[in-house]
Amino acid sequence: MSTRLSSGGRLIDRSAARDFTFNGKRLTGYAGDTLASALLANGQTLMGRSFKYHRPRGVVASGAEEPNALMGIGKGSRFEPNQRATTTELFDGLEAESQNHWPSLEFDVGAVNNSLYKFFPAGFYYKTFMFPRPAWKHLFEPIVRHSAGLGKAPKDRDADRYEHFYAFVDVMIVGGGIAGLQAALTAGATGARVLLVEQTAHWGGRAPVDGVEIDGQPADQWIKNALQTLEGMDNVRVRSRTMASGVYDHGYVLAYERLTDHAPEMDGPRHRLWRIRAKQVITATGALERPLSFAGNDIPGVMLASAVRDYVVNWGVSPGDRTVVVTNNDDAYRTALALHGAGLAVPAIVDARATVTGDLAEAARAAGIRVLTGTGIASVKGKKAVTGVTLCAQAGEGAVTEEIACEAVAMSGGWSPVVHLWSHCGGKLTWDAEQACFRPDHDRAPTSHDGKPFVTAAGAADGVLGSADALASGSNAAVAVAQALGLSATASAPSANDPHETPLEPVWIMPQGAGPAKRMKMWLDYQNDVKVSDVRLAAQEGYESVEHTKRYTTLGMATDQGKLSNINGLATLASALNDEIPNVGTTTFRPPYTPISMGAIAGEARGDVFQPLRRTPMHAWHEEQGAYMEPVGHWRRPYCYPKAGETHEQAVHREVLATRNSLGLLDASTLGKIIVKGPDAGRFMDMLYTNMMSTLKPGKCRYGLMCNENGFLMDDGVVARIDEDTFLVHTTSGGAEHTHAHMEDWLQCEWWDWKVHTVNVTEQYAQVAVVGPNARKLLEKLGTDMDLSAEALPFMGWAEGKIGGFNTRVFRISFSGELSFEIAVPASQGRAFWDALHAAGAEWNATAYGTEALHIMRAEKGFIMIGDETDGTVIPQDLGLGWAISKKKEDYLGKRAQERSHMTDPTRWKLVGLETVDGSVIPDGSYAVASGTNANGQGNTQGRITSTYHSPTLGKGIAMGLVLNGPDRMGEVIEFNKVDGTTVPAKIVNPVFYDPDGEKQNV
Amino acid sequence: MSEVSALMGAVAEGRTRVEEAGLAGMITLRGDLASAKLIAAVTGLAGVEMPGQREIKAGDDKAVAWMSRDELLIMVPHEEAEAAVAMLSTALAGEHATVANVSDARALFRVDGPHAREAIAKLAPADLHPDSFGPGEMRRTRMAQVPAAIWQSGDDQFSVICFRSVAQYVFDLLALSAKDGSEVGYF
Repeated sequence: MSTRLSSGGRLIDRSAARDFTFNGKRLTGYAGDTLASALLANGQTLMGRSFKYHRPRGVVASGAEEPNALMGIGKGSRFEPNQRATTTELFDGLEAESQNHWPSLEFDVGAVNNSLYKFFPAGFYYKTFMFPRPAWKHLFEPIVRHSAGLGKAPKDRDADRYEHFYAFVDVMIVGGGIAGLQAALTAGATGARVLLVEQTAHWGGRAPVDGVEIDGQPADQWIKNALQTLEGMDNVRVRSRTMASGVYDHGYVLAYERLTDHAPEMDGPRHRLWRIRAKQVITATGALERPLSFAGNDIPGVMLASAVRDYVVNWGVSPGDRTVVVTNNDDAYRTALALHGAGLAVPAIVDARATVTGDLAEAARAAGIRVLTGTGIASVKGKKAVTGVTLCAQAGEGAVTEEIACEAVAMSGGWSPVVHLWSHCGGKLTWDAEQACFRPDHDRAPTSHDGKPFVTAAGAADGVLGSADALASGSNAAVAVAQALGLSATASAPSANDPHETPLEPVWIMPQGAGPAKRMKMWLDYQNDVKVSDVRLAAQEGYESVEHTKRYTTLGMATDQGKLSNINGLATLASALNDEIPNVGTTTFRPPYTPISMGAIAGEARGDVFQPLRRTPMHAWHEEQGAYMEPVGHWRRPYCYPKAGETHEQAVHREVLATRNSLGLLDASTLGKIIVKGPDAGRFMDMLYTNMMSTLKPGKCRYGLMCNENGFLMDDGVVARIDEDTFLVHTTSGGAEHTHAHMEDWLQCEWWDWKVHTVNVTEQYAQVAVVGPNARKLLEKLGTDMDLSAEALPFMGWAEGKIGGFNTRVFRISFSGELSFEIAVPASQGRAFWDALHAAGAEWNATAYGTEALHIMRAEKGFIMIGDETDGTVIPQDLGLGWAISKKKEDYLGKRAQERSHMTDPTRWKLVGLETVDGSVIPDGSYAVASGTNANGQGNTQGRITSTYHSPTLGKGIAMGLVLNGPDRMGEVIEFNKVDGTTVPAKIVNPVFYDPDGEKQNV
Repeated sequence: MSEVSALMGAVAEGRTRVEEAGLAGMITLRGDLASAKLIAAVTGLAGVEMPGQREIKAGDDKAVAWMSRDELLIMVPHEEAEAAVAMLSTALAGEHATVANVSDARALFRVDGPHAREAIAKLAPADLHPDSFGPGEMRRTRMAQVPAAIWQSGDDQFSVICFRSVAQYVFDLLALSAKDGSEVGYF
């Protein structure tokens, strides 16, 4: 059983106890512990269950690569699943629960899968659940979904907040080990802007644990000095608990800073996502130790040798009284020596290599530790915890030569450089046969916009494993980067002690002749339960590509993304294919390096600032009146203003009738307003609109249609000519920005020599539509210096002047069919003007109306609405708007497209009005049914509804729709389908239902 | 009549303070920035030199900022904007130039305090390092999801312009980013 040692632990503070719970059990650790070290210190080696077989699993690593010890941390609004215990810093009150088991971690019903493993081989999804087909959806999938999967999704809204931060640096250095620190020292000395990040809370990486001495002093001391020097440099910034998660095009790097995970009581954001632009990136991301593939290598107590060393040295934790070390390289001997130094027993070092003569091996022998060369582990004994190992000849098939009782196994299969960040943006790898690892290929680095490399690997991440070499590598990387930036730098690195080591010998399977029974118990990917036998099966079934094998077996998927399994998996595949490892290649490395929180990605964008809401100057008034708001683009507009006890429908009908009968007021501020000015403005307007705009006289308004180059109607509105050179374009509420962009696109890219300026002045003005038979009376009551009579300011005219002391521009335009004045005032005066209109209009029951009343009134008049009658596939000709298309003009945007055969097809559905026979309202989205069925057996259609309302003015249902040969079928009754399967008969009529001669608006 | 700015001077207090700065006169001028007539009109009105690319030239109560190769933003006291528009329009008669009063289309904020620069760097994807962005420069960029322009208007003070309709959004963003306890300690 694992336990806390009586002394030692360089990262823990034994005077600061920290209470926490695991599956509800109260436990105690120390400040500086990780959750994993604290659990081990409490004898808790069983930490989770595996994904597929629900096998008992313990912690295998001590850092970011941990595949097994995934926990749900926190509760309620602070619950988060799949957190690695190895990277979770312990704090007082931490609540952790293990995952993927039912009913309990100790007794898991799902573990029956383990006995049924023969039925769950690689690709079992694809094989087992094929037939009968319906069984997948109703039987297999629910069962698989219940038993598979890792943590549960949180149910409550996240209580924390998050943010982004943009930083621009010359050199971004990832990894605060000795190589990264040395790179920062060298780069910092050039004066370049440097940012150094380290994913853990501690600097120096493995050096202090491995007993490295730098410049004759313990690594810890050198690290402390280096940090102090860096912190003293004004051009250098260092951040711990910050993980660079991805490297993207042109030096864009994302880094994930965990601010309060270790101390949730702290104020401020929980995570910060750094969005960095770096001219050059140095990846000093270290290396990860590989497991060895031997039978039973997933039993709790089997750990990476480096992790065992970390637990002993960093946290004063014993993995068990007796630890057998198994290895193919010298590094694991450090673990044996560390255990021995801590007073723990190492019954044997099992080394697959035939002879070992390195300094570390000699030291182990000198310490009295048995070193068994040419030996492997035949199998690990135990179920929920290691009880022992049996040994065999590595060269053989597994005949047991000896059995050793132990509580832990420390394994090392060599080291794999962390090449993720190097690879994210296209950096290629090369196979290093000597160290049996992929490392960055310097000749094929990721390149930036200029075709030059912008990522440089340093230290162990570059396959440089010795301390002295790693320090030099860090410095050299900084020099190379400085040169790329045009700065001068000098390489200088301190000296370090490195023992003489015997070279590693690759071991991909232990023993090398292991048969099927053993291979079925050798785990490659712990998290996804992928074994040597699964990869061999995939190869046997023809999955020769590593990418295909990954998907077939799930090797390297899920939260750890194959950090431990990748190389062992592809070596196994290569061996099964009888090919070389470099020919098999690796799967693709994709960001993020380790999972980052969704909150960090969202940043500030939640709650009130989830999305910008656009408010008019009268917005507060609408809210005070209890308006029911609806989104129009990013605007919020009143849909209607329900009074106490009123339904929305009743409110809308009241608003329509009040407007038609007396006086309505509409906040039309959202209307787009764009100034188009210049000597070529008329010519430009003629190209933008389908009708002739250049002939419009100053003082007058004209309705126009705007099409895109494919001929489809994109926006409509009224254009006012201000003077000879100046037009004021009104767009739809949602269309101002893209119409403005459309104009600038044509002006900047196509007609760059035309003298035209555009200015979007939408928000400069508050605009109010004063509508109804009493509209003029209201304006005259307020007092004006303009003559607003029908003669002086007729329909489709505009004028400038004062109303009630406000500077206004008045447009005689009407979207309702009533006498209507649209009045623009400076936005700063909008609310005051609106209030003045209401106060003076009280005697005519001035009624604010919303967008739905606006819609109904325009539909009663047969006016189209962009987005209702149009959907990106409709041309003006479909809508009976031929009158607004100039025949005289040589060209306008969309003209040629509208001449294409499909656009001139007489069978295109055309706009008509529709009146139900029974007065009911046709459902929105309804289709006109036709006889027969199409090739897919669906009922034929002959038209569709585009707008449908109950008209309070007419007291019946009215609609507009596009109907086959519609305008030629006036009076005909056709059927529209309803959701309940029945149809509703409707008569085809003229779309202008109300005041077809325009007598109401023309007064 | 009463004239009001979008947020009527809303303030978020803290070590770094965010304030809606009330109404400001702002004029968009598009035209040939090399035209002697235009330069004379602008510098005569504002009493400052013409700004170069990405620059802002500020006087006591007026300023001129470079917006693009053919656009300037001229800032004057709000009550002087209409007169300034008239003056510029007259002065530029005969030139291909467009003058528009956009005072009320905008909202103006001041972010003041030791972490003002950082608060903005949480929202704008611009290089705000003091070596790259100091007094005299104006950056057109975005604040989270909306367009904005930023310049340094004091030792620890930055000014931000956005569209009036999103004033509340930008105020909320700035207040959140400037909140005590969320300092980055980067600049």
